Amino acid sequence: MRHLIDPLDFTREETDALLDLASRIREDPAAYQEVARYKKLATLFYEPSTRTRLSFEAAMLNLGGHVLGFPSENVSSATKGESVADTIRVVSCYADIAAMRHPKEGAPLRASRYSRIPVINAGDGGHQHPTQTLTDLMTIRSRKGTLNGLTIGLCGDLKFGRTVHSLIKTMVRYEGVRFVLISPEELRVPDYIITDVLEGSDIPYAETRSLEESMPGLDILYMTRVQKERFFNEEDYIRLKNSYILTRDKMALAKPDMAVLHPLPRVNEIALDVDDDPRAAYFEQVQNGVYVRMALIMTLLGLPDPKAPKEGV
Amino acid sequence: MLNIDEIQNGIVIDHIKAGTAVGLMDLLGIKGNRSASVALIQNARSHKSPTGRKDIIKVEGDSSWLNLDVLAYLDPNITVTTIHDGKPVKKEKPQPPRRLVNIVRCRNPRCISSIEEECDQIFELSANGKYRCIYCEQELQVNRD
Repeated sequence: MRHLIDPLDFTREETDALLDLASRIREDPAAYQEVARYKKLATLFYEPSTRTRLSFEAAMLNLGGHVLGFPSENVSSATKGESVADTIRVVSCYADIAAMRHPKEGAPLRASRYSRIPVINAGDGGHQHPTQTLTDLMTIRSRKGTLNGLTIGLCGDLKFGRTVHSLIKTMVRYEGVRFVLISPEELRVPDYIITDVLEGSDIPYAETRSLEESMPGLDILYMTRVQKERFFNEEDYIRLKNSYILTRDKMALAKPDMAVLHPLPRVNEIALDVDDDPRAAYFEQVQNGVYVRMALIMTLLGLPDPKAPKEGV
Repeated sequence: MLNIDEIQNGIVIDHIKAGTAVGLMDLLGIKGNRSASVALIQNARSHKSPTGRKDIIKVEGDSSWLNLDVLAYLDPNITVTTIHDGKPVKKEKPQPPRRLVNIVRCRNPRCISSIEEECDQIFELSANGKYRCIYCEQELQVNRD
Protein backbone atom coordinates (compact mmCIF):
# COMPACT_ATOMS: atom_id res chain seq x y z
CA MET A 1 0.00 0.00 0.00
CA ARG A 2 1.25 3.47 -0.90
CA HIS A 3 1.15 6.57 1.30
CA LEU A 4 2.26 10.12 0.63
CA ILE A 5 4.13 11.32 3.70
CA ASP A 6 7.21 12.93 2.26
CA PRO A 7 7.32 14.54 -1.18
CA LEU A 8 10.12 12.13 -2.06
CA ASP A 9 7.90 9.09 -1.46
CA PHE A 10 7.11 9.36 -5.17
CA THR A 11 9.94 9.05 -7.65
CA ARG A 12 10.39 11.81 -10.18
CA GLU A 13 8.70 9.61 -12.80
CA GLU A 14 5.75 8.92 -10.48
CA THR A 15 5.50 12.63 -9.68
CA ASP A 16 5.49 13.51 -13.37
CA ALA A 17 2.83 10.87 -14.04
CA LEU A 18 0.68 12.30 -11.25
CA LEU A 19 1.06 15.83 -12.65
CA ASP A 20 0.10 14.51 -16.09
CA LEU A 21 -3.03 12.98 -14.60
CA ALA A 22 -3.84 16.24 -12.80
CA SER A 23 -3.50 18.08 -16.12
CA ARG A 24 -5.87 15.64 -17.82
CA ILE A 25 -8.38 16.21 -15.01
CA ARG A 26 -8.07 19.97 -15.47
CA GLU A 27 -8.78 19.58 -19.19
CA ASP A 28 -11.95 17.57 -18.63
CA PRO A 29 -13.13 17.44 -14.99
CA ALA A 30 -16.52 15.98 -15.95
CA ALA A 31 -14.85 12.79 -17.16
CA TYR A 32 -13.69 12.09 -13.60
CA GLN A 33 -16.85 12.83 -11.63
CA GLU A 34 -17.68 9.18 -10.97
CA VAL A 35 -14.27 7.52 -10.65
CA ALA A 36 -14.26 7.39 -6.81
CA ARG A 37 -17.94 6.52 -6.41
CA TYR A 38 -18.65 4.79 -3.06
CA LYS A 39 -15.14 5.59 -1.80
CA LYS A 40 -14.69 7.54 1.44
CA LEU A 41 -11.99 10.03 2.42
CA ALA A 42 -11.40 10.69 6.14
CA THR A 43 -10.06 14.16 6.88
CA LEU A 44 -8.14 14.03 10.17
CA PHE A 45 -7.30 17.64 10.89
CA TYR A 46 -5.78 18.19 14.32
CA GLU A 47 -4.89 21.76 13.46
CA PRO A 48 -7.01 24.54 11.96
CA SER A 49 -6.76 24.63 8.17
CA THR A 50 -9.70 25.79 6.17
CA ARG A 51 -8.30 25.75 2.67
CA THR A 52 -6.32 22.51 2.68
CA ARG A 53 -9.24 20.70 4.21
CA LEU A 54 -11.71 22.21 1.75
CA SER A 55 -9.36 21.36 -1.11
CA PHE A 56 -9.24 17.69 -0.06
CA GLU A 57 -12.99 17.60 0.42
CA ALA A 58 -13.63 19.26 -2.93
CA ALA A 59 -11.23 16.83 -4.61
CA MET A 60 -13.03 13.78 -3.23
CA LEU A 61 -16.48 15.18 -3.97
CA ASN A 62 -15.38 16.06 -7.53
CA LEU A 63 -14.46 12.39 -7.98
CA GLY A 64 -17.91 11.28 -6.83
CA GLY A 65 -16.69 10.05 -3.45
CA HIS A 66 -17.67 10.87 0.11
CA VAL A 67 -15.94 12.70 2.93
CA LEU A 68 -15.99 12.16 6.69
CA GLY A 69 -14.01 13.70 9.51
CA PHE A 70 -14.22 15.41 12.85
CA PRO A 71 -15.63 18.93 12.84
CA SER A 72 -12.65 20.59 14.54
CA GLU A 73 -9.42 19.80 16.29
CA ASN A 74 -11.06 20.43 19.66
CA VAL A 75 -13.52 17.58 19.39
CA SER A 76 -11.15 14.93 18.08
CA SER A 77 -10.26 11.85 20.05
CA ALA A 78 -6.80 13.36 20.54
CA THR A 79 -8.30 15.67 23.15
CA LYS A 80 -9.24 12.51 25.06
CA GLY A 81 -5.63 11.36 24.90
CA GLU A 82 -5.86 8.83 22.08
CA SER A 83 -2.63 8.18 20.22
CA VAL A 84 -2.25 8.78 16.50
CA ALA A 85 -1.54 5.06 16.08
CA ASP A 86 -4.87 4.11 17.67
CA THR A 87 -6.84 6.79 15.83
CA ILE A 88 -5.70 5.62 12.40
CA ARG A 89 -6.42 1.98 13.24
CA VAL A 90 -9.98 3.00 14.07
CA VAL A 91 -10.35 5.25 11.02
CA SER A 92 -9.07 2.42 8.80
CA CYS A 93 -12.35 0.68 9.60
CA TYR A 94 -14.43 3.61 8.38
CA ALA A 95 -12.75 5.04 5.31
CA ASP A 96 -10.79 4.04 2.19
CA ILE A 97 -8.16 6.78 2.42
CA ALA A 98 -7.17 9.43 4.99
CA ALA A 99 -5.68 12.91 4.85
CA MET A 100 -4.02 13.98 8.10
CA ARG A 101 -2.90 17.38 9.29
CA HIS A 102 -1.21 17.45 12.67
CA PRO A 103 0.77 20.06 14.63
CA LYS A 104 3.41 17.48 15.56
CA GLU A 105 6.10 16.66 13.04
CA GLY A 106 6.06 13.06 11.87
CA ALA A 107 2.48 12.33 13.00
CA PRO A 108 1.33 11.20 9.52
CA LEU A 109 4.38 8.93 9.24
CA ARG A 110 3.52 7.43 12.59
CA ALA A 111 -0.09 6.96 11.40
CA SER A 112 0.99 5.32 8.14
CA ARG A 113 2.85 2.63 10.06
CA TYR A 114 -0.36 1.49 11.71
CA SER A 115 -2.83 2.17 8.93
CA ARG A 116 -4.68 -0.26 6.70
CA ILE A 117 -5.59 2.54 4.27
CA PRO A 118 -3.42 5.03 2.35
CA VAL A 119 -2.44 8.06 4.45
CA ILE A 120 -1.78 11.46 2.93
CA ASN A 121 0.26 13.98 4.88
CA ALA A 122 -1.78 17.18 4.72
CA GLY A 123 0.88 19.09 6.70
CA ASP A 124 2.77 18.08 9.85
CA GLY A 125 3.90 21.01 11.96
CA GLY A 126 6.72 22.93 10.33
CA HIS A 127 7.97 19.81 8.60
CA GLN A 128 6.41 18.66 5.31
CA HIS A 129 3.41 19.50 3.16
CA PRO A 130 3.70 17.25 0.11
CA THR A 131 0.32 17.99 -1.48
CA GLN A 132 1.14 21.69 -1.47
CA THR A 133 4.37 20.73 -3.23
CA LEU A 134 2.47 18.86 -5.92
CA THR A 135 0.26 21.92 -6.29
CA ASP A 136 3.34 24.13 -6.62
CA LEU A 137 4.92 21.82 -9.18
CA MET A 138 1.77 21.75 -11.27
CA THR A 139 1.55 25.54 -11.23
CA ILE A 140 5.22 26.00 -12.08
CA ARG A 141 4.99 23.48 -14.89
CA SER A 142 1.85 25.02 -16.34
CA ARG A 143 3.36 28.53 -16.20
CA LYS A 144 6.87 27.70 -17.44
CA GLY A 145 6.18 24.58 -19.49
CA THR A 146 8.93 22.70 -17.66
CA LEU A 147 10.40 22.01 -14.24
CA ASN A 148 13.98 22.05 -15.55
CA GLY A 149 16.43 24.93 -15.77
CA LEU A 150 14.58 27.30 -13.42
CA THR A 151 15.89 29.82 -10.90
CA ILE A 152 13.54 29.71 -7.95
CA GLY A 153 13.47 32.44 -5.32
CA LEU A 154 12.00 31.48 -1.95
CA CYS A 155 11.16 34.44 0.24
CA GLY A 156 10.06 35.00 3.83
CA ASP A 157 9.89 32.36 6.53
CA LEU A 158 12.19 29.66 5.23
CA LYS A 159 12.74 28.18 8.69
CA PHE A 160 9.24 27.12 9.68
CA GLY A 161 7.76 27.22 6.16
CA ARG A 162 7.15 23.55 5.50
CA THR A 163 6.02 24.21 1.93
CA VAL A 164 9.48 25.62 1.27
CA HIS A 165 11.26 22.53 2.62
CA SER A 166 9.08 20.18 0.59
CA LEU A 167 9.46 22.22 -2.61
CA ILE A 168 13.26 22.33 -2.34
CA LYS A 169 13.51 18.60 -1.68
CA THR A 170 11.43 17.85 -4.73
CA MET A 171 12.83 20.41 -7.16
CA VAL A 172 16.44 19.27 -6.68
CA ARG A 173 15.52 16.19 -8.71
CA TYR A 174 15.10 18.29 -11.85
CA GLU A 175 17.95 19.44 -14.05
CA GLY A 176 19.51 22.88 -14.01
CA VAL A 177 17.57 24.19 -11.03
CA ARG A 178 19.07 26.83 -8.75
CA PHE A 179 17.68 28.47 -5.62
CA VAL A 180 17.83 31.96 -4.17
CA LEU A 181 16.93 31.84 -0.47
CA ILE A 182 15.66 35.23 0.69
CA SER A 183 14.98 35.53 4.42
CA PRO A 184 15.93 37.34 7.61
CA GLU A 185 18.76 35.69 9.54
CA GLU A 186 16.35 34.28 12.13
CA LEU A 187 14.21 32.55 9.51
CA ARG A 188 16.90 30.93 7.34
CA VAL A 189 16.25 27.44 5.99
CA PRO A 190 17.22 24.70 8.46
CA ASP A 191 20.80 23.52 8.17
CA TYR A 192 19.79 20.05 7.03
CA ILE A 193 18.16 21.50 3.92
CA ILE A 194 21.47 23.16 3.06
CA THR A 195 23.81 20.29 3.95
CA ASP A 196 21.77 17.22 3.05
CA VAL A 197 19.52 18.46 0.28
CA LEU A 198 21.20 21.32 -1.60
CA GLU A 199 24.87 20.59 -1.06
CA GLY A 200 24.12 16.86 -0.99
CA SER A 201 22.76 17.09 -4.54
CA ASP A 202 25.30 19.69 -5.67
CA ILE A 203 22.59 22.26 -6.37
CA PRO A 204 23.66 25.90 -6.77
CA TYR A 205 22.05 28.22 -4.22
CA ALA A 206 22.51 31.66 -2.75
CA GLU A 207 21.33 33.03 0.57
CA THR A 208 20.46 36.70 0.66
CA ARG A 209 18.55 39.28 2.69
CA SER A 210 17.49 41.42 -0.28
CA LEU A 211 14.34 40.69 -2.26
CA GLU A 212 14.90 43.66 -4.60
CA GLU A 213 18.38 42.56 -5.66
CA SER A 214 17.18 39.02 -6.28
CA MET A 215 14.15 39.90 -8.41
CA PRO A 216 15.74 40.32 -11.88
CA GLY A 217 17.22 36.82 -11.96
CA LEU A 218 14.18 34.84 -10.87
CA ASP A 219 11.93 32.61 -12.99
CA ILE A 220 9.75 31.78 -9.98
CA LEU A 221 9.21 33.80 -6.81
CA TYR A 222 7.73 31.73 -4.00
CA MET A 223 6.45 34.00 -1.25
CA THR A 224 5.62 32.73 2.23
CA ARG A 225 3.84 34.03 5.28
CA VAL A 226 5.58 34.42 8.63
CA GLN A 227 3.37 32.08 10.64
CA LYS A 228 2.38 33.25 14.08
CA GLU A 229 1.57 29.72 15.27
CA ARG A 230 5.20 28.60 14.78
CA PHE A 231 6.59 31.10 17.29
CA PHE A 232 6.86 30.48 20.99
CA ASN A 233 7.58 34.16 21.50
CA GLU A 234 5.13 36.79 20.25
CA GLU A 235 7.78 39.53 20.24
CA ASP A 236 9.84 37.62 17.67
CA TYR A 237 6.78 37.19 15.49
CA ILE A 238 5.91 40.89 15.56
CA ARG A 239 9.50 41.85 14.79
CA LEU A 240 9.76 39.54 11.76
CA LYS A 241 6.30 39.50 10.22
CA ASN A 242 6.87 42.54 8.03
CA SER A 243 10.30 41.46 6.81
CA TYR A 244 9.37 41.08 3.15
CA ILE A 245 6.43 42.58 1.32
CA LEU A 246 6.05 42.14 -2.43
CA THR A 247 4.77 45.29 -4.08
CA ARG A 248 4.08 46.50 -7.60
CA ASP A 249 7.35 48.48 -7.47
CA LYS A 250 9.33 45.33 -6.75
CA MET A 251 7.47 43.45 -9.47
CA ALA A 252 8.74 46.04 -11.95
CA LEU A 253 12.23 44.64 -11.35
CA ALA A 254 11.24 41.10 -12.34
CA LYS A 255 11.26 39.26 -15.67
CA PRO A 256 8.08 39.67 -17.72
CA ASP A 257 7.37 35.95 -17.49
CA MET A 258 8.29 35.36 -13.84
CA ALA A 259 5.54 33.64 -11.85
CA VAL A 260 4.66 34.55 -8.26
CA LEU A 261 3.48 31.66 -6.12
CA HIS A 262 2.23 31.67 -2.53
CA PRO A 263 0.80 28.73 -0.58
CA LEU A 264 -1.82 31.06 0.98
CA PRO A 265 -3.23 32.36 3.18
CA ARG A 266 -1.36 35.61 2.88
CA VAL A 267 -1.39 38.29 5.53
CA ASN A 268 0.36 41.31 4.10
CA GLU A 269 3.39 39.88 2.33
CA ILE A 270 1.89 40.43 -1.12
CA ALA A 271 0.29 43.83 -1.68
CA LEU A 272 -3.22 43.60 -3.08
CA ASP A 273 -2.33 45.54 -6.22
CA VAL A 274 -0.02 42.70 -7.28
CA ASP A 275 -3.09 40.46 -7.71
CA ASP A 276 -3.91 42.06 -11.07
CA ASP A 277 -0.42 41.42 -12.41
CA PRO A 278 -0.56 38.52 -14.90
CA ARG A 279 2.51 37.06 -13.20
CA ALA A 280 0.50 36.47 -10.00
CA ALA A 281 -0.19 32.73 -10.03
CA TYR A 282 -1.34 32.13 -6.46
CA PHE A 283 -5.05 31.81 -7.08
CA GLU A 284 -4.37 29.53 -10.04
CA GLN A 285 -2.36 27.48 -7.53
CA VAL A 286 -5.48 27.00 -5.40
CA GLN A 287 -7.40 25.62 -8.36
CA ASN A 288 -4.50 23.35 -9.29
CA GLY A 289 -4.46 22.11 -5.70
CA VAL A 290 -7.84 20.49 -6.18
CA TYR A 291 -6.72 18.78 -9.40
CA VAL A 292 -3.52 17.35 -7.91
CA ARG A 293 -5.40 16.09 -4.87
CA MET A 294 -7.91 14.41 -7.19
CA ALA A 295 -5.01 12.83 -9.06
CA LEU A 296 -3.38 11.78 -5.79
CA ILE A 297 -6.53 10.14 -4.42
CA MET A 298 -6.93 8.25 -7.71
CA THR A 299 -3.28 7.17 -7.68
CA LEU A 300 -3.22 5.97 -4.07
CA LEU A 301 -6.53 4.14 -4.44
CA GLY A 302 -5.46 2.66 -7.77
CA LEU A 303 -8.52 4.00 -9.57
CA PRO A 304 -8.48 3.70 -13.37
CA ASP A 305 -8.08 6.89 -15.40
CA PRO A 306 -10.89 7.19 -17.95
CA LYS A 307 -8.77 9.54 -20.06
CA ALA A 308 -5.49 7.65 -19.87
CA PRO A 309 -3.54 7.89 -23.11
CA LYS A 310 -3.81 4.70 -25.11
CA GLU A 311 -0.64 2.73 -25.57
CA GLY A 312 1.24 3.47 -28.76
CA VAL A 313 -0.53 6.81 -29.21
CA MET B 1 49.10 3.56 38.74
CA LEU B 2 45.89 1.73 39.55
CA ASN B 3 45.95 -1.93 38.55
CA ILE B 4 42.91 -3.97 37.62
CA ASP B 5 43.37 -7.64 36.89
CA GLU B 6 43.30 -8.67 33.28
CA ILE B 7 40.19 -10.52 32.26
CA GLN B 8 40.33 -14.06 30.87
CA ASN B 9 37.23 -13.95 28.67
CA GLY B 10 35.18 -10.90 27.76
CA ILE B 11 35.69 -7.50 26.17
CA VAL B 12 37.62 -4.32 26.87
CA ILE B 13 36.15 -1.03 25.72
CA ASP B 14 39.13 1.26 25.52
CA HIS B 15 40.00 4.84 24.59
CA ILE B 16 36.78 6.24 25.98
CA LYS B 17 36.96 9.99 26.44
CA ALA B 18 38.01 10.61 30.05
CA GLY B 19 35.10 11.22 32.39
CA THR B 20 32.39 9.91 30.06
CA ALA B 21 32.35 6.18 30.87
CA VAL B 22 29.88 6.54 33.71
CA GLY B 23 27.32 8.05 31.32
CA LEU B 24 28.13 5.38 28.78
CA MET B 25 27.32 2.57 31.23
CA ASP B 26 23.64 3.38 30.97
CA LEU B 27 23.59 3.50 27.16
CA LEU B 28 25.51 0.24 26.92
CA GLY B 29 22.97 -1.47 29.16
CA ILE B 30 25.45 -2.10 31.97
CA LYS B 31 23.58 -0.06 34.52
CA GLY B 32 20.58 -2.38 34.53
CA ASN B 33 22.61 -5.60 34.50
CA ARG B 34 22.87 -7.14 37.97
CA SER B 35 24.97 -10.22 37.18
CA ALA B 36 27.82 -9.18 34.89
CA SER B 37 31.28 -8.56 36.31
CA VAL B 38 32.25 -5.08 35.17
CA ALA B 39 35.25 -2.86 35.92
CA LEU B 40 35.28 0.83 35.17
CA ILE B 41 38.60 2.65 35.12
CA GLN B 42 38.31 6.39 35.06
CA ASN B 43 41.02 8.87 34.05
CA ALA B 44 43.61 6.20 33.26
CA ARG B 45 46.86 7.45 31.71
CA SER B 46 46.85 7.53 27.92
CA HIS B 47 49.57 8.28 25.39
CA LYS B 48 47.10 8.59 22.52
CA SER B 49 44.57 10.90 24.09
CA PRO B 50 45.31 14.63 23.73
CA THR B 51 44.29 15.10 27.36
CA GLY B 52 46.59 12.28 28.49
CA ARG B 53 43.63 10.55 30.15
CA LYS B 54 41.02 8.01 29.11
CA ASP B 55 38.34 5.78 30.55
CA ILE B 56 38.19 1.99 30.15
CA ILE B 57 35.36 -0.47 30.71
CA LYS B 58 36.07 -4.19 31.12
CA VAL B 59 33.31 -6.77 31.00
CA GLU B 60 34.08 -10.33 32.12
CA GLY B 61 32.28 -13.29 30.51
CA ASP B 62 29.40 -13.14 28.06
CA SER B 63 29.12 -9.68 26.50
CA SER B 64 26.47 -10.37 23.89
CA TRP B 65 23.92 -8.43 25.92
CA LEU B 66 25.91 -5.21 25.59
CA ASN B 67 24.43 -2.56 23.33
CA LEU B 68 27.60 -1.67 21.44
CA ASP B 69 25.74 -0.02 18.55
CA VAL B 70 25.85 3.36 20.14
CA LEU B 71 29.63 3.46 20.66
CA ALA B 72 30.65 4.45 17.16
CA TYR B 73 28.36 7.43 17.16
CA LEU B 74 29.21 8.60 20.64
CA ASP B 75 32.95 8.42 20.30
CA PRO B 76 34.70 7.36 17.08
CA ASN B 77 38.00 6.78 18.92
CA ILE B 78 36.65 3.97 21.07
CA THR B 79 38.03 0.47 20.46
CA VAL B 80 36.50 -2.85 21.47
CA THR B 81 38.89 -5.74 22.14
CA THR B 82 37.62 -9.29 22.56
CA ILE B 83 39.63 -11.35 25.07
CA HIS B 84 39.70 -15.15 24.93
CA ASP B 85 41.73 -17.26 27.37
CA GLY B 86 43.51 -14.13 28.53
CA LYS B 87 44.61 -13.10 25.03
CA PRO B 88 43.24 -10.40 22.72
CA VAL B 89 41.73 -12.16 19.70
CA LYS B 90 39.99 -9.27 17.98
CA LYS B 91 40.32 -5.50 18.19
CA GLU B 92 37.93 -3.28 16.26
CA LYS B 93 36.40 0.12 16.05
CA PRO B 94 32.61 -0.19 16.09
CA GLN B 95 30.86 0.79 12.88
CA PRO B 96 27.97 3.25 13.09
CA PRO B 97 24.70 1.32 12.89
CA ARG B 98 22.08 2.27 10.30
CA ARG B 99 19.52 2.86 13.04
CA LEU B 100 19.51 3.77 16.70
CA VAL B 101 16.34 2.49 18.35
CA ASN B 102 15.37 3.68 21.83
CA ILE B 103 18.91 4.66 22.71
CA VAL B 104 18.45 8.41 22.75
CA ARG B 105 15.37 10.61 22.71
CA CYS B 106 14.50 13.20 20.07
CA ARG B 107 14.77 16.62 21.65
CA ASN B 108 12.49 18.41 19.21
CA PRO B 109 9.41 19.48 21.21
CA ARG B 110 7.44 19.61 17.95
CA CYS B 111 8.15 15.95 17.15
CA ILE B 112 5.31 13.41 17.44
CA SER B 113 7.67 11.16 19.41
CA SER B 114 7.59 13.73 22.22
CA ILE B 115 3.91 13.06 22.99
CA GLU B 116 2.88 9.77 21.41
CA GLU B 117 2.60 6.82 23.78
CA GLU B 118 4.67 3.71 23.04
CA CYS B 119 6.45 5.53 20.21
CA ASP B 120 9.93 4.14 19.56
CA GLN B 121 12.69 6.71 19.39
CA ILE B 122 14.28 5.92 16.03
CA PHE B 123 17.20 7.69 14.39
CA GLU B 124 18.58 6.73 11.00
CA LEU B 125 22.00 7.41 9.57
CA SER B 126 21.71 9.97 6.77
CA ALA B 127 23.88 10.19 3.68
CA ASN B 128 26.20 12.71 5.32
CA GLY B 129 26.87 10.49 8.34
CA LYS B 130 24.51 12.23 10.78
CA TYR B 131 21.65 10.60 12.60
CA ARG B 132 18.20 12.08 12.11
CA CYS B 133 14.90 11.35 13.81
CA ILE B 134 12.76 9.44 11.33
CA TYR B 135 9.71 11.47 12.31
CA CYS B 136 10.87 15.09 12.31
CA GLU B 137 14.34 14.75 10.69
CA GLN B 138 15.93 16.67 13.55
CA GLU B 139 19.62 15.87 13.84
CA LEU B 140 20.59 13.82 16.87
CA GLN B 141 22.36 15.92 19.45
CA VAL B 142 24.26 13.89 21.99
CA ASN B 143 25.91 15.35 25.01
CA ARG B 144 29.20 13.47 24.96
CA ASP B 145 30.45 14.86 28.25
